[in-house]
Order: sequence, then C-alpha cells, then structure tokens
Amino acid sequence: MSAIQFPARNLWRIYALESRYEILKMLRLPMYVIPTVTFPLVFYLLFGVAMNRGSSGVGTYMMAAYGAFGVMNAALFGFGVGVAVERGQGWMLFKRATPMPPLLWIFGRLTMCLLFSMVVVGLLFCVGALAGGVRLPLSSWFFLSGVLIAGALPFAACGLAIGCWAGPNSAPAIINLAALPTAFASGMWFPIQMLPKLVQRIAEFLPPYHYAQLALSRVGMNRGELEVGRSLTVMALFTIASLVLAWIGWKRDEGKTFG
Amino acid sequence: MTQIPDFSRPRSGEPIAELRGAVKRYGPVTALAGVDLTVRAGEVVAVLGPNGAGKTTAVQLLLGLGRPGAGTVRLFGRDPRDTAARVRVGAMLQVSKVPETLKVREHIHLISSYYPRPLPLPEVIAAAGLIGLEDRLFGKLSGGQRQRVLFALALCGNPDLFFLDEPTVGLDVESRRGFWEQIRARADAGRTVLLTTHYLEEADALADRIVLLHQGRILAEGTPAEIKARVGGRVIRCRTALPVEAVACLPGVREARHRGEDLEILTPTAEQVVRELLARDPSLSGLDVRGAGLEEAFLSLTGSPETVLASKEVAA
Repeated sequence: MSAIQFPARNLWRIYALESRYEILKMLRLPMYVIPTVTFPLVFYLLFGVAMNRGSSGVGTYMMAAYGAFGVMNAALFGFGVGVAVERGQGWMLFKRATPMPPLLWIFGRLTMCLLFSMVVVGLLFCVGALAGGVRLPLSSWFFLSGVLIAGALPFAACGLAIGCWAGPNSAPAIINLAALPTAFASGMWFPIQMLPKLVQRIAEFLPPYHYAQLALSRVGMNRGELEVGRSLTVMALFTIASLVLAWIGWKRDEGKTFG
Repeated sequence: MTQIPDFSRPRSGEPIAELRGAVKRYGPVTALAGVDLTVRAGEVVAVLGPNGAGKTTAVQLLLGLGRPGAGTVRLFGRDPRDTAARVRVGAMLQVSKVPETLKVREHIHLISSYYPRPLPLPEVIAAAGLIGLEDRLFGKLSGGQRQRVLFALALCGNPDLFFLDEPTVGLDVESRRGFWEQIRARADAGRTVLLTTHYLEEADALADRIVLLHQGRILAEGTPAEIKARVGGRVIRCRTALPVEAVACLPGVREARHRGEDLEILTPTAEQVVRELLARDPSLSGLDVRGAGLEEAFLSLTGSPETVLASKEVAA
C-alpha cells in the first residue's frame, strides 16, 4: 500500500467541540444540573446563613467548605456517572472505534466540570457576600476561588476511575455512598472541630479533608498548623492513583467486548 | 516510490482488512475458533450466522476494540488501533443508547470532527434519511430514526471501509429496504462494506461474498450463488396426503419437512422425485419446483457442522 498523507486534523477544533457538546449535553440534563448547582447553595443558605447568628466566621467557613463540597460533587458526578452510563450502553465502544483522540474527550469533559465548578463557586460567593456576611480582602476571594476550582481536577480523575469500573446503574449509588460520608467527615458540612475526635482522626486520611483544608487556609480558617505541603502531596497521590485505576479500567474494557 | 499527495482510495481488490487465525475466548466461551477472513477493497462482504456465531466479535477485532487471543488482525495493513487506520473506517455498532440530550446535528458534527475529510453535514443528513430531524434531540427519536443516526455517524467521516454490525436488526421491512439502498449506494461509489446479519435475505440482496459463520468457525465462503450451489439441489413444494416420513424415504430425497400445510422436499433429482410423488398421490396439488436458496444452504450447512467440517478436511 502506498504512503498516504492525510490532512492533519485540527486538534483544537476537536477539543472545542468535545467541550461544547459535553457542556450542552449536561446543561440539558436536569438530573445533573439541579443537584450540582442547587445543593451547595441550599445547604449554605440553611447552615451558613439562616442558622448563623451574625457570626461572619461561620459564614466564611461554610462558604469555603460548601464550595469544596460543590466542586467535588460536580466533578465526581460529571465524570463518574457520565462515563459509566456511556460505557455501559455501548456508546464508548462506538467512540473508541472512531479516530477520537481519547485525551481530548477527557479534556472536553474536564472543561465541562470546570465550568460547572465555576458556576457553583461564583453563586456561593455572591450569596456569601450578600447574605452570609463574608468580608474578605480581594486577594483572598481570588485565591480561594483558585483553590476551589483546581479541586475539580483530582475529583474528576477519581470520577473517571469510578466511571471506568462501575456499571451505569451502580455508579450514582457508589458515588453518593463515597462522597456524602467523606464530605461530612471532612468538615464540608459542619466545622470539623464540631465533629467527634475519632472522626477528626479518620478525616486526615481522606482526600476531601485535605482539599477542604487547603481551601480554608485561604481564608485563615484551617485547623491547627497549616501543612500545605502534606495536603498537596495527598491530593497529588490521590490524583495519580485515580488516573492509574482509570487507565487499568480503560485497558480492561479492551478485552471484555462480547458478541 | 512516489508519495501520493492526496488521500487516494485503495485500489480495487487490494486486501484492506484481515483476520488470520483469529481466536477469541471470553472465559470458558470460545467466540472465534481460528478465523481467516480477508476483505478486499470494493467488495460487500456479509458475515452471516445465527446469534452467538461470533459475528460481532469478528467485527470488534477488526476495529481494534479487542485483541485476539491468537492470530493477527490488520486494517489497511496496520494495527487496527492506529489512528491512520481508524480515520479510514466508519462503524455502525449495536449501541443500546446514544447520549439523548444532544441533537442529531450535534452528534454528527462532533463525530465528523475526528476525521480528516468528513462529508458535509447536509450530505450526511440526506444520505441517512434524516432530513427534518437535524434539530431533534436523540432521545426524542423513534427506533428506526435512531438506527439512521447510527448509520449517519458511520457515514460522516467519509470512510473507505464500513463495518455494519447487524445494521437492520429490529427495523420494519420498508426501512430495511431503504437501508439496503443506502448500503448499495456506498458500494456503487467504490466503498467497501463488511456487514453482519442473521437475515439470509439481507446477505443475498447485498453481498458480493457471503461468509457463513457458525460457532466461531467459518463453515462456507463464496458468492451467494456459490453458497446456494453447495446444496446443489432443488426444492419441491406441494400439498399432499402422503406422510412426511414416507416422502423422506423416497429415493433421491435428501430432506423432507412440513411448511405450513405444504411439504417441502430437498433433492438433487427433482424430476424423478416428482414422478414418484405423482404416482403415489394422484390428488397432489400446488406443485412448485425451484432451485435451492440460501436458506436451504444455510440450514444444511449449519445443521450438521461436523459433517461439513469433515468433508472440508477430506477435500483439503
């Protein structure tokens, strides 16, 4: 066969389209949009604003904590459930038979998660400033939002790993079972100092705890001495472990096709 | 060697997809037990077989969606997972669900972007019979319309080679015929098609070559006429009072069975058998004699795979 030159594909264009259609796909899915955007807001309004008797400290803590909770959920569900469903129904198999660059598909989905994270964080900041009595220097707003949104990356990796292994029906249950208790134990719902000592000890082994502490450290409300290095290391290892698991799951699918 | 600057189509007759001694096992199940299959540019190949014959596995191996336990797979002379091979292939797989919150136009737009020389959207929409449905969400389409979208997605990259895995399963007769026209149009435009089906009629209507797959092995391979000739007989159909057992024992009868109220008899010596039948049953009516079709070939080939394989080995 003679050498055949194909015109190069425009990878930027593929990435842009993947992102655009991942975003549209999820925007049209109330099952994703409503819990992702409203849960952190409602919880914050309830525990950070309504039950808060004039303490701006609680309002600030809760805004950072629910921001972390919201981003974690947006990424876990956006990746985990989406990937599991599309895998389980044969759609991923079809896409793998096309010349789709898998990395661009992942980046597209990540872009969607980042966008939803920004919406969640932006809305929480508005409510915090307007109703939660949060007063922070501009730089703190800036760095807090940066840490919160960067948190989408490790949890998107974790979601990808879950999506590559779980079935389409079990994925939402697995994520809820994993995310809700760990979010609670990590101090995303109530200040961690209010939790039993045992839970506080366990929390140190949970990636969401370290994520929440990194966020809280931007508003000076982290627990005890700040160990940024340790928390960053935990998040990095968590991300790498998730990606390795996802990679194994992805490769495993190759040998599992049936017919 | 001169470098061809554009992306020319493969020469007709050139092998473009190949399985060599392909074996695929899933745990205790052997899906493919050593299959050799070559698809040449410009032909329409139908892989025919009952459910569980290994048709889908063969397609998935050729698409690089799984690796064979033994044997080799080549697609355009490459590993089927190479992007350079994949950009020349369009596939229609048995997908139970496509993301429902994207519109027809959006699905095609995205998949087209993966290919270096996609067809223009209006052309894809027209060829797949989706005019007027461009802006409908996938979730709002009927079963037949969904099938057409899957066809559009196979088509949109303007590939040289189509893999169509059971493309018309679950379609009504009219939609099926519409599909056949579309597949034939691709073939007429010089494209290569490998389709799997368990409809004999479909293989007969479309294929230049039929590959009969049964329990992971190729039982027979050839043009529809050649496959039919392997049975090499005629089918007599008539209404008679004679019991089927008695007819089956007549000299020259290979097989006799009921078909509704009629009796169907497979024989290489039709004249002799008809004479015998008329002599024994003067009230015989509705007599019809025709050449054995693909269906008879299929039944006789898959009905006793051991004998077929044995005779193949003797011949070799």
